[in-house]
Amino acid sequence: MIEVRNLVKRFAEVTALNNVSLQVDDGELFGLIGPDGAGKTTLFRVISSLLLFDEGHVEVAGKNPVSDYAAIRQMIGYMPGKFSLYQDLSILENLRFFTAIFKTTLEENYDLIKDIYVQIEPFKHRPAGKLSGGMKQKLALCCALVHKPRLLLLDEPTTGVDAVSRIEFWEILKRLKQQGITIMVSTPYMDEASLCERIALIQQGQIMGVDSPEGIIKTFSKPLFAVKADDFYSLITDLRDWNEALSAFSFGEYVHLTMRSESSTAMQVESYLFSRNHSSVSVKAISANVEDSFMYLMLKKEESQ
Amino acid sequence: MKAFIKKEVYHIFRDYRSMLILFGMPVVQVLIFGFAITNEIKDARLAVLDHSHDEMSQRLISKIASSGYFLIDRRLESANQIEQVFREGKVKQVLVIPSSFGHDFTSQHQTSVQIIGDASDPNTANLLKNYTAAILQSFQMEELGKLAFPIEVKVEPLMFYNPELSSVYLFVPGTIAVILMLVSAMMTSISIAREKEMGTMEVLLVSPLKPFQIIVGKVVPYVVLSFVNALMILALGAWVFEVPILGNLAFLLAEVLLFIIMSLSLGIFISTVSPTQQVAMLLSMFVLMLPTILLSGFVFPIENMPVVLQWFSHLMPSKWFIIIVRDVMLRGSGIAYLWKETLIIVCMTVFFVFLSIRNFNIRLA
Amino acid sequence: MIHDTQYIIEVENLVKKFGSFVANDNLTFSVKKGEIFGFLGANGAGKTTAMKILCGLSHPTSGKVKVAGYDIYTQKEKIKQSIGYMSQKFSLYEELTVYENFRFYGGIYGMTRLDIQEQTTQLLSRLGLSQYRNRIINTLPLGWKQKLAFSVAVIHRPAIVFLDEPTGGVDPITRRQFWDLIYDNASRGLTVFVTTHYMDEAEYCNRLSIMVDGKIKALDTPQGMKSGMGCATMQDVFVALARN
Repeated sequence: MIEVRNLVKRFAEVTALNNVSLQVDDGELFGLIGPDGAGKTTLFRVISSLLLFDEGHVEVAGKNPVSDYAAIRQMIGYMPGKFSLYQDLSILENLRFFTAIFKTTLEENYDLIKDIYVQIEPFKHRPAGKLSGGMKQKLALCCALVHKPRLLLLDEPTTGVDAVSRIEFWEILKRLKQQGITIMVSTPYMDEASLCERIALIQQGQIMGVDSPEGIIKTFSKPLFAVKADDFYSLITDLRDWNEALSAFSFGEYVHLTMRSESSTAMQVESYLFSRNHSSVSVKAISANVEDSFMYLMLKKEESQ
Repeated sequence: MKAFIKKEVYHIFRDYRSMLILFGMPVVQVLIFGFAITNEIKDARLAVLDHSHDEMSQRLISKIASSGYFLIDRRLESANQIEQVFREGKVKQVLVIPSSFGHDFTSQHQTSVQIIGDASDPNTANLLKNYTAAILQSFQMEELGKLAFPIEVKVEPLMFYNPELSSVYLFVPGTIAVILMLVSAMMTSISIAREKEMGTMEVLLVSPLKPFQIIVGKVVPYVVLSFVNALMILALGAWVFEVPILGNLAFLLAEVLLFIIMSLSLGIFISTVSPTQQVAMLLSMFVLMLPTILLSGFVFPIENMPVVLQWFSHLMPSKWFIIIVRDVMLRGSGIAYLWKETLIIVCMTVFFVFLSIRNFNIRLA
Repeated sequence: MIHDTQYIIEVENLVKKFGSFVANDNLTFSVKKGEIFGFLGANGAGKTTAMKILCGLSHPTSGKVKVAGYDIYTQKEKIKQSIGYMSQKFSLYEELTVYENFRFYGGIYGMTRLDIQEQTTQLLSRLGLSQYRNRIINTLPLGWKQKLAFSVAVIHRPAIVFLDEPTGGVDPITRRQFWDLIYDNASRGLTVFVTTHYMDEAEYCNRLSIMVDGKIKALDTPQGMKSGMGCATMQDVFVALARN
């Protein structure tokens, strides 16, 4: 559905996208994972034909976003990161407006948005500006869906939305995927990565890896331990002081400790911590998650630079 | 397209601030300008230095006193006092009548009086000078008529087409120009910039809507609103200040419509170069509002400006519009006399439409 | 009410209504000195409203509120002197240098020039950013700006600092470095009152409260909450509470 090869986009002196290549297959739920300023929004704008690019090759459903932008715009549903509804119009007025500009009616594609719409219907006369974050996102999604797009581009739909609404939102996306819509979604929340079929990790305009979440995790080749002790803060600082440790990052109530040597054991970590006078130490060998992998790749990139 | 216009109308009517600007401003402006200006030159204090003390000079003085514009503050005895009365600040103008005034007038049909104005406020001084000159002229006609001599008429166009010297007439066209600029150009440019700011423009751009549909959808409600505004101002002028509309009303409204379209194209052009509402607002203020008020001849007479500013004033669409409206309303002129001004505005419209279309991006940045 | 000096924020039966809408429904909680207190809740649960009241920006409808020992009704100005505030949207001036930002905020709190200089030097060296004292803010990376914004918020040595979603949209490493900074300051006696949407960050707090529909539904240590509700992670706790 989407094919991006060696894409470069510069703004004045800043290189927003640096040699980006990725592919999104038909009917896939694809995640673009990275922090603010990584280039996610720029990539979305290039794909949706809103921005021209400097180098590389981009194709959306076989169409070129530079020359064939009209065809692409007809076929995609785009939800920009900055919330994009009219705050002074009610839910219903927003929906009616967006159906009208796509030359369709609410009734025509109602079955597609029905599941989402019933959740916000009780507030249909309330102005969009007075909705909660979760409801706004649902409304925006409805508006992006009214014309039955083949490709849905969602730029950070869950940013600033609470945990419950985020879960609901992802459930909705899964249902849409089952109806055959290709979805490309970006998020700064690493825990959402595992909900996608394939993901691309992006940092400072560069793709650090494109694969299934499991595939990304496999690139994490070092031993990883979840460590816990009574004094959490000095636990972190002590682990960082340790030569054997590659990195130590807090993860909920644990510290995730990555070791330099492949042959490191939990015993080794425990004895080090006892020598530093920590109490109630617990060390477990664990497998990495997407966030561990992201940080690992970030460190590797920094080292290579 | 219909949906777009409907949405735009919702925006306008739900924002009480824009409603206030749209409908409060024209009324307030017309009233303020109208009353402020008429009051300013009513009962201006005049001192008279009458060297002739004859019957004719008495008649002239009482004619001036009864005009309603002047109040005879005092009579002076000698020229030395003139500077002193100006220093006191109350007297705005001194009229000096020569010693043989009555005699020269009846025997030679020619005489002169001197008008000395306090030009520390040049606009008022200029206005008062014109008023005095007009009174003198009508005095001359009356007196010569009585004596049954051939009448020499000196034509002072400003006075001629505005015989009661009511300056509020001149402010109606000016206010229309300012309000139309404000409503059409400023409001459209801000509302387009707002879509960019909120990110809604992105969605509109990726929709199948064509750029011209977006623009037309944005513009149509404002064309209607601006037109309603222009009608309001004309009505206020006609009923409150009794400004006559001598020319063809249909022609006048057609010209108003032309100017609205010009302002809108200017507004769209501004919005294409402003990324945020703030920039659009500032640009409209400094590029549109201030020059419209200052350089169009609305407040300050163009003839009194430095030459460089006079050139600039030619670039002001509102200058030409004010001329058109003034002439149609007060002189009853038609297209035969005003084709040149109309053509200038048409050219400007085409120019801005061209610029806007060239600048209106189908993409971001 | 617990009249104990170890509590730096004391809230009793706080109610805030907007018309007929009850944004804060009878909140009662207290925060200990030097504690990292997590203030969690879904969007629209009333977090921001409560935070505004604690910062002295808004009046409660009823209830007792004491912040840093001062009464919210009568000693607002004293409260403002003893708190620092940082939100997701940085409060730094992008066109000014690092030091100019410190000087400006120090000046607002009536600090002397000498004092500002000393504090700036100390805070920057703690961040390891001393050599960037005269750099313009907008030339710095996002993570640094965030840490600087935090330092600016505590330049006047407040007793409490309020952090409103300080880590939204930040890369995972920077996010953790920011929490290191929070820990560092808490270990020096600063009380930290923080909101977040990251559930793993909830675990870093000493204690936390979860708000649902204007009410505090849970108030405990992360460990206590998880074992009390029989959940494995804070995410599960949050979802279980909010869905009820």
